[in-house]
Amino acid sequence: MNQNRNILFHLYMGLFLVYLLVPLLVMGGAAFNASKLPTIIPWRGWTDEWFVALWNDNRIWIAFRNTILVAIAVVLIAVPIGTAAAILINSISGRVRAILYGMMVAPILIPGVVIGISTLLFWNYFSIGSGLHLSVLGQVSYIASFVMLLVLARLQSFDAGLEEAALDLGATHAQVMRRILLPHLYPAIGAGAAISFFQSIENFNVTLFTRGGADTLTVYVFSKVRSGITPTINALALLLIIFTLGLAIWYEISRRRRERIERAREDEGRRAEAAVLTS
Amino acid sequence: MQDLLRRYGIALTWLCIGLTFFWLVILVVLPNFTMLESSFRPYIAQSEIGGPLDFYSLGNYMKIFGNEVDFSFFGYDFKMPVRVKVFYLTIVYSALVTVITFVMSYPLAYYLAKIVSPKSLPTLFLLLFVPLWVSEILRSFAWWIILALKGPLNVILLWLGIIDTEIRWISGFSPVVVGLVYTYVLFMVFPLYNSMQSLDSNQIEAAEDLGSPWWRTHWRVILPHAKPGIASGAVMVFMLSAGSLLVPSLLGSTTSGWFTQTIQGIMMDGQDWNTGAAFAFMLLLVCTIFVSLMMRVFGVKLSDIAK
Repeated sequence: MNQNRNILFHLYMGLFLVYLLVPLLVMGGAAFNASKLPTIIPWRGWTDEWFVALWNDNRIWIAFRNTILVAIAVVLIAVPIGTAAAILINSISGRVRAILYGMMVAPILIPGVVIGISTLLFWNYFSIGSGLHLSVLGQVSYIASFVMLLVLARLQSFDAGLEEAALDLGATHAQVMRRILLPHLYPAIGAGAAISFFQSIENFNVTLFTRGGADTLTVYVFSKVRSGITPTINALALLLIIFTLGLAIWYEISRRRRERIERAREDEGRRAEAAVLTS
Repeated sequence: MQDLLRRYGIALTWLCIGLTFFWLVILVVLPNFTMLESSFRPYIAQSEIGGPLDFYSLGNYMKIFGNEVDFSFFGYDFKMPVRVKVFYLTIVYSALVTVITFVMSYPLAYYLAKIVSPKSLPTLFLLLFVPLWVSEILRSFAWWIILALKGPLNVILLWLGIIDTEIRWISGFSPVVVGLVYTYVLFMVFPLYNSMQSLDSNQIEAAEDLGSPWWRTHWRVILPHAKPGIASGAVMVFMLSAGSLLVPSLLGSTTSGWFTQTIQGIMMDGQDWNTGAAFAFMLLLVCTIFVSLMMRVFGVKLSDIAK
């Protein structure tokens, strides 16, 4: 009975993966089809013309540059804000903490359309018109929440005694922050930066309402799909998938390596401790 | 607070407070407040702002009424304002998407948490994460290709002899639901997995040893334990679906309006930012009500949802 049930579960898992991955394969495959419309059936033979067309498309390069610039700006603003907010909230308790925490988490739950419109209206009040600068501010408002959550989780494992020791030994406040607290937080800050970058690249709703006339990749792809569709979009999609996949795998590998190193260090520490105790 | 001062000194403490203030007040609270304020003001020419026509009213909110269309509800036909209908259907179909993703995710999360051997877990997760790293627009574009009239789905179904003529999939709400489920199902899988994973397997075994049939074990042991995960997944999927603009625009047709599309039309085609603000606020209100409802029903706190 149990065995049969497990087989069903394995089967379901397999089907689910097929369900998740086949649409992506279909989309990627259509990039090589010589058909004028993006599809894989009927197959009209292999071609690289869509990649050439993509390469020669000037607007896409501008959109690509904009996307990267916005993402970098978002990382540069959201990471310090999220880290500062996590440190702040970690040092207070009680009712104030609950309220602040609620306010910090809420932006994740606000629909992107609302963030976009509210950002646009607010800065318009000060006669600051729409443009990518507003997209950056709108995106930061919710992406900082992710950074805050990641850093706050990491802070739970921080030994505050280390800071006490440093202060007792005459370290300045800046040194305590830079040499003791921040190094402990680096993994979370790194993960926060990575997530901020990807969230920013993928963002559509906030950007659409705040961008003014400027294009980012998502907005550009959207306008392309609505107007005339050629498999150029598929070529772009395939490149993006390969790019993000590469980054994801690289991130995963480096994470596992770090974990292995940390575990090896811990083992070493335990062995040393054991050796000291037994001698 | 005192603690912060003692550890990092005045300058760094103020830096932390300043950055947090900038974020929460300048980027979050004030913009939303501005949006609320301008939603009560009329849409008038620049020169008339501050003049006699510029007063607070519910006029913008009232614009949701008007343009009555036919609507049928459980067999009853009656007239309904078109925007109210769109608003209502957006909520209904978002809820439907939430339910479908839950049904799909539950066995998967259980499998990942309790059945599969921990050794293959990292690989499975990497595979599951792949679509998550691909942007939303490309994921719905993929379904646009699949569901096209001459697309792979019709071709395969014709070839298999299941259908005789091509089916126009892209009509009504079903392609939107398909797209939303595909795009957001993982936001249900991961919270569910997280909450199930913390359940002690001994509890399941104990239930089985005591003669509980499998469905009762799920109903009485696993589901109650997974409550925070269900709440968190439901909130994420519902909010993302109701707030999605990409999927309905890409996979929708003239017969499937989504409330975000209404807002976009008012903001961009109509350039009426005040009414846009009013409608955006309504969307925010619905989402807030849904979150509170979930927190009440499942008895969880906001901090559980944010995990």
